[in-house]
Amino acid sequence: MYDSGKILIGIIVFLILFTSPTWYDLVFGTPAKKPNLVLPTKADQKECVMSTDYMRDNHMELLNVWRDDAVRKGERIFITASGKDYEMSLTKTCLNCHSNKAEFCDQCHNYLGVSPYCWECHVDPQSLEKK
Amino acid sequence: MDQNRRKFLKLAGLAAFGATAGKYIDIIAKDTAHKIPIADSLSTRDLPTVKVSPKNRWAMVVDLKKCLVEEGCTKCINACHKTHNVPDIGNPKDEVKWIWKEPYENAFVDQENYYMTSSLEGQKIPIFCNHCDNPPCVRVCPTQATWKREDGIVMMDWHRCIGCRYCVAACPYGSRSFNWRDPRPFIKEITPEFPTRTKGVVEKCTFCDERLAKGLEPACVEACSTKALVFGNLNDPKSDVRKLLKENYSIRRKPGLGTNPEIYYLV
Repeated sequence: MYDSGKILIGIIVFLILFTSPTWYDLVFGTPAKKPNLVLPTKADQKECVMSTDYMRDNHMELLNVWRDDAVRKGERIFITASGKDYEMSLTKTCLNCHSNKAEFCDQCHNYLGVSPYCWECHVDPQSLEKK
Repeated sequence: MDQNRRKFLKLAGLAAFGATAGKYIDIIAKDTAHKIPIADSLSTRDLPTVKVSPKNRWAMVVDLKKCLVEEGCTKCINACHKTHNVPDIGNPKDEVKWIWKEPYENAFVDQENYYMTSSLEGQKIPIFCNHCDNPPCVRVCPTQATWKREDGIVMMDWHRCIGCRYCVAACPYGSRSFNWRDPRPFIKEITPEFPTRTKGVVEKCTFCDERLAKGLEPACVEACSTKALVFGNLNDPKSDVRKLLKENYSIRRKPGLGTNPEIYYLV
C-alpha cells in the first residue's frame, strides 16, 4: 500500500474529529435536567382517577378515551375504581388538582421532547392569571 | 317415562337458574353501585349527567316581536361568544361567529308575501346555526368531525376537523366560520372552562351541548332579557316550544332547500 502512514494518520484524525462531540459531551457535558414533578397538594383529593403507574404510562390514552366519550358520545362522567365520579375534562378535572402545568405536565414533556397539542385549544387557567 | 322426563326438565331448569343467579345478583349490585355516587354527588357538585337521548329533539323559537323590543341589543351574542371563546377579529374576511345579526330580508330571502312582515323590513334579526334535521354540512364532512346527534344537535368535534371547509360551502345559512388565523390573541377574556379553537378548524354553534349536559339552557337563552329566545324539546307536546309553535305562525329560513331547520321565527 502506498503512503500507508499518511492514510492511517488521516483515518485516525478523521475518527477523532468525527466522534469528538461524543467525547466532548462525556468530559465536559452536563446531564439533561431530570424532570422534577410537583405533586398536587389538594387536601380533599388523595388519589388520581387511575393508579399512578397507569397514569404514568397511559394518561394520553385515557385522555383520548375521555375526549371521544365526552365529545362524540356525550358521556361526561368517569367513575373510578373506588367509586368516585369525575367529569371527563382536561381543564376542569385534571388541571383542578394538577393546577401547575409548568411544574407537572411540562416537566416530563420537555424532558422527553414531546409537545402535545392539547394546549393549542384547551386552556391552562394558570397561564391566564400570569398575564 | 313421561313423568321422569318432566322431572328431569324441571330439575335442569332449576339447576341452570341456580348456576347463573349469582351473576344476575352481581350485575344488579354493580348497577346500583354505579348509580349511587352520581346521585349523591349531584347535590354537591354540578356534574354533567344528562345523557344524549333520541327522546329529545332540541329546537329554538325566536319571537321577533320580543327580540326587537330593545334596539341594537346584543346580549345573546355577547353571552354566547364569551362562554365559547369566540374571537372578535374585527375583520369581516376572517370573522368568526356563532350568533350574528342579519337584516330580515337577507335572512328570509324566499319570504315573498308582500306587507305580511312590513314591520320587520330593514330590522336586524339574530341568526343561529339551524341544527337542521337534514344537515348538508354533515353529508359533506369527510372525517365525521361534524355529525347529527341523536337529540338533533349538529355537533362539532374540533379534534377531528381537518379544515377542508366543505361544510362551510355546504351550509346554506352561513352558520360556519373558518379559523384563518390563531384565534387566541383576538379573544378579549378567555373562559378557561371552554376550549378555544386553533388555526385551521371550522366552528359553529353547538346549542351549548356542554350546558345541556348539566341540565342548563343555552347561554343565549339565559342571557335574553325579553325572553325572546325559547329553547325546548320538540318531541314533548307539553314543551314551551311546541306550545309557541302551535299558537303562533312561524317561519323558518330557506325551507325550500329541504334541510328542515330547527330554529323557528315568530313574525
